[in-house]
Amino acid sequence: MKLRDIRDKTAIAGVGNTPFGALYKKRDPRRNAYTLGLEAFENALEDSGLRKEDIDGVIMSRIPSYSKMCVMAGIKNPRLTNVLEAEGRMSGIALQYAAMAVYTGMANVVACIYGNDGWSAGATYGSEPQMIDSYNSPFGMTSPGASLALMWQRHMHEYGTTAEDLGVLAISQRKFASMNLNAVMRTPLTMDQYMKSRYICYPLRIYDYCLINDGGVCLIVTSAERAKDCKKRPVYIMATGQAANHTPYYHAPDYGWNAMKLVADQVYTMAGVGPGEIDCAQIYDNFLPTVMLSLEGYGFCPKGESGRWIRGGRIELGGELPVNTSGGHCSESYMQGWALHAEAVRQLRGECGDRQVKDCEIVQYICSSPICSSHILRR
Amino acid sequence: MTQYTKPLPTPDDFDKPYWTALKKHELRMQKCVDCGEIWFPPTPVCPACLSHNHEWIKLSGKGKIWSWVFFHQLYFPSFSDEIPYNVVAVKLDEGPLMTSNMVECKNEDIRCDMRVEVFFDDVTDLVTLPKFRPDGSAKPGS
Repeated sequence: MKLRDIRDKTAIAGVGNTPFGALYKKRDPRRNAYTLGLEAFENALEDSGLRKEDIDGVIMSRIPSYSKMCVMAGIKNPRLTNVLEAEGRMSGIALQYAAMAVYTGMANVVACIYGNDGWSAGATYGSEPQMIDSYNSPFGMTSPGASLALMWQRHMHEYGTTAEDLGVLAISQRKFASMNLNAVMRTPLTMDQYMKSRYICYPLRIYDYCLINDGGVCLIVTSAERAKDCKKRPVYIMATGQAANHTPYYHAPDYGWNAMKLVADQVYTMAGVGPGEIDCAQIYDNFLPTVMLSLEGYGFCPKGESGRWIRGGRIELGGELPVNTSGGHCSESYMQGWALHAEAVRQLRGECGDRQVKDCEIVQYICSSPICSSHILRR
Repeated sequence: MTQYTKPLPTPDDFDKPYWTALKKHELRMQKCVDCGEIWFPPTPVCPACLSHNHEWIKLSGKGKIWSWVFFHQLYFPSFSDEIPYNVVAVKLDEGPLMTSNMVECKNEDIRCDMRVEVFFDDVTDLVTLPKFRPDGSAKPGS
């Protein structure tokens, strides 16, 4: 079986999510991963036009019990059930597994469900007792953000990138969020505000960090054939791939580029397109340096050049490669890659209103982390 | 002496030699007898060749700063008096990368690629942490 056989054989037939901005206004302890995931599932089902009884596979993430979730959603006898860890790297993996299951016939319609109550539950991403370890905590080292701060510091040293480079990206994403009614942070940002903002872990500032907010997202995957009969225009999965970067720390001296190269080679070969043919990119922004390292790792620009490359409107609406058109994790919603998938689908369907990328035909999703993943989707 | 409240290591069966050596002011890591790999953090078998034969060799304690940051956000309440404090990732001359803090050096003087040497910080009666200072800071006879 050749990897390329799977190209265009599966599709995303439905996407759904909860409100993000509205939920951010007030914490609510009654909200949890199940209620948020359930709401997203209902919306995705409605979006696809499929019936609940059509779902015969479920893959979840950040939802503690697959059984409880399925009981709540009334999914009784799915032929495929799995729950992935609560990490953002799992969103791309969930879609990849769903496509594999559908392609092989192990399931016909897979619902990928995600719920995140981090805001109401008071998640801090770094001070949790389970994060204490012998080789980092005694020195005060914690949180993936600090690892990205280490990588960006090194990148600035090696290549001459700057704090302002991240500011350009932060401002661009916020501009997209201002055109997104569902985004959490919609007030435009200036370079002056960015540069004067407080440090979380120097050299990174608060605007370089993702939000913490509540929400849920669901993606429904089925065969390309079946998707043609669904309510909305299918979004075909041209290519998908992953490669891990298992190192002792979250930070990697190679910036994760070796793993990114493996994924890039796979997805560009599978899809038969290259970086130059991507109409817009949804790039995982747990912290803004991750986007810069991804642009370089996937060959959108040479190594060390991302800071210069993103300037002059290139990553904005009307530019060569609009990036994170919903506002991303730093301005729209921290749904750990899931909402970036939903945005990719909506851009390809032409549903994005003011922030719609003109003639959007091919979108790439990229997540660079200890497991790197990417998909190329088309309409 | 005020009580030490920062997070402490929790030695386990296979990394106990690491912490015991530090207590004696030695930086020791595992080296594979069969393939020569030196690795860190400690793990039960050689990650390069899966050999079960390793020895705890004494390292030079020298290396250079791969990268560095300052924590402004407080994650551990016990660090509240030191914010902003530095955290460095040191690339040892023998290869492994380790997390630590720079001492005997102002935060603003820390640079990527600066040469450093280990400094054994006896933080409690039982625990010594490997910290780093600019290379050549050791006073004669110390």
